[in-house]
Amino acid sequence: MTSVMAAKVRQKRIAQMIAHGKRLDGRSPTDYREVQIEPGLIERAEGSARVRLGKTEVLVGVKIESGEPFTDTPNEGVLTVNAELVPLASPTFEPGPPDENSVELARVVDRGIRESKAIILEDLCVDPGKKVFVVFVDVYVLNHDGNLIDASSIAALAALMNAKMSNYEVKEGEIKIKPGYKLLPMRNHPIAVTFAKIGDKIVVDPWLDEEQVMDARLTMAVEKDGKICAMQKGGNGYFTTQQILEASKIAQEKAAELRKLVVKE
Amino acid sequence: MKTSQKKPEKLIDEKGIRSDGRKLDEMRQVKIEVGALSNADGSAYIEMGKNKILAAVYGPREIHPKHQALPDRAALRCRYHMAPFSVQERKSPAPSRREQELSKVIRESLEPSIFSEYYPRTAIDLFIEVLQADGGTRCAGITAASLALADAGIPMRDLVSACAAGKVEGRLVLDLNDVEDKGGEADMPVAYMPNYNAITLLQMDGMLTGEEFETVLNMGLEGCKQISQLQKEALKSKYTAVKEDEKEESEEEAAE
Amino acid sequence: MPVFYENKQLVTPGDLVAENDYISGENTYKENNKIYATRVGLFGHEDKRVYVVALKAFYLPAVGDTIIGKVLEVTLGGWVVDIRAPYVAMLRASDALERSFKPQKDDLPSIFDVGDTLVAKIVAYDRTRDPLLTVLERGLGKIARGQVIEITPTKIPRVIGKQGSMVNTIKQETGCQITIGQNGRILVSGKSPEDERLAIMAIRKIEEEAHTSGLTDRVTEMLRKQKDEKSKKEVNENVPKET
Repeated sequence: MTSVMAAKVRQKRIAQMIAHGKRLDGRSPTDYREVQIEPGLIERAEGSARVRLGKTEVLVGVKIESGEPFTDTPNEGVLTVNAELVPLASPTFEPGPPDENSVELARVVDRGIRESKAIILEDLCVDPGKKVFVVFVDVYVLNHDGNLIDASSIAALAALMNAKMSNYEVKEGEIKIKPGYKLLPMRNHPIAVTFAKIGDKIVVDPWLDEEQVMDARLTMAVEKDGKICAMQKGGNGYFTTQQILEASKIAQEKAAELRKLVVKE
Repeated sequence: MKTSQKKPEKLIDEKGIRSDGRKLDEMRQVKIEVGALSNADGSAYIEMGKNKILAAVYGPREIHPKHQALPDRAALRCRYHMAPFSVQERKSPAPSRREQELSKVIRESLEPSIFSEYYPRTAIDLFIEVLQADGGTRCAGITAASLALADAGIPMRDLVSACAAGKVEGRLVLDLNDVEDKGGEADMPVAYMPNYNAITLLQMDGMLTGEEFETVLNMGLEGCKQISQLQKEALKSKYTAVKEDEKEESEEEAAE
Repeated sequence: MPVFYENKQLVTPGDLVAENDYISGENTYKENNKIYATRVGLFGHEDKRVYVVALKAFYLPAVGDTIIGKVLEVTLGGWVVDIRAPYVAMLRASDALERSFKPQKDDLPSIFDVGDTLVAKIVAYDRTRDPLLTVLERGLGKIARGQVIEITPTKIPRVIGKQGSMVNTIKQETGCQITIGQNGRILVSGKSPEDERLAIMAIRKIEEEAHTSGLTDRVTEMLRKQKDEKSKKEVNENVPKET
């Protein structure tokens, strides 16, 4: 099993610099890497977007299909998020069923969208109890250079925002597609902001080498009005209460900045 | 089959009393038993409200498969699993994505507490079985797991205590049960190691403003501190019971 | 300069036991001038040293320890032995044979086979590899007779007693040979199963009452009482029955 462990010397260097508030790539503790968003590149999907966050690259495809609702929510459509850490994205990703990292990634991205009510699931109901639309959000990680969560969350949002729903009518309990489409109605625009704790400092948007030195990671998803709609601590270390409260304020700031890149006013 | 939506009863009444009779900042009743299982190296059973959860530890022991061995520390492996009969609608025994995620975050919440560097190339296997679920199972599971690790004689920096807090019908509450979690606006489980002022698990789903978040976080930490007391008492009571029996015995013998 | 507990008080992991000028002894750790317990146990302090006597701890190998192990596997060059520790131990053929090992002639299973128990000594152990054993000293080797029982490793010192006083008492009172493994296994070998049973009873009593005082006397008393009762029973059985 190959690893991308940075040499111990380099790890020490990163930790030392961060202790002085500097990062190896010249960023400040609250700077994101460059973000590039390319929406709609997969025509076969109802919605799609590719995001490059520094060298991390994630592609999200949205498929909208008809299906059955869950028995306990007959009036709601279904949102399902899946993530794949595709083996070509990193020497550490192996082919096979989703491992705990890809499950966690999918569920954290899902939480941001679901809890912020970005999509009103009742809008996706066609025939209560029988037919609803199912929105599949598939996160495909193409290159892992750190902070997959934020890159995936931006890509998922951008993909949903250009997702097209065909016009339809219901005939004899079946959905008949009509010409034309509308965009999937979105009510909120959640953005995830992830921090790494290195020593006793926290930095935003860790890249791969920083992730290998960090002792813990904290993600906060913030919706358009500044409320926090999802949180996830990861990694074998811990945060203090002060660090978490500090992070929540930075997250609200950064989310607003990043949102402007995805949602053009 | 058309099911009509039942209008949900209020979860909190005008006096601020919750559907199960608790006050806003009141935790459910907790009962803990350490060392319930004889085969495991360490174990603990917890009841928190209607939650019934068993945690067991095997290790440190030889690690299989060998490639999972870490050269400089013990590998903590954790499996959180819910019994099929633990929930209202029978759950398939196959591990779900939720169980996979919880296994990971629970492991990460306990890892900082153990001196794993003392036992390189071994495994410490932790199993959490939810026998009956009523909201907050990962917190109760972490609380029991930490005791199981202590019961196994694994050296620890501190016990890890966990509790959830959140928002239900506009009010900020401690320790949400299942209906409150499903019907409320936010649920935030947190795990805490007091000696380091360390938060080792933090998740949230729902919506909270920045100020609400700070209040809810502090409520959760208060809950963790209460749990920590109960954990210490549970560990001590396992041994003081033995000591008292023997004290009686030796007093009897002396009297003879 | 405070110590926060009294001797023999029960502490739990994470309990703050002392502050500042103390030395952190077994089952404690020091962080930022504060000393905390790492295991459940009884607090103790001697001069400037604080420690915790753990109520439950598993055995960790140490070079020089005599242990009792069970053969798990026969390999090409030796044996894999279970020593009731987080690591299995290795016994190489060269540490079991008086002369050099000849693979074509020497049949390893005939020396020790899977399931055999043996008394051995740990000759090497460090963080990078499993412990290595030897049986090439006096008193070591395959166990042919007697019973092996297991107790919590932390109670072994109590079973031995000050300069062997406790274990010698049991040996005297029961006539059994007793070999103590630091890994919590004890070999009891007597002239009859009855003698062995008595010795085992004594060891179990020590395990339960390890933290009390006057134990040696109580163990002696118990053994004598048991032997008295036994001989009384034998006398009764020898009385011919009335016809």
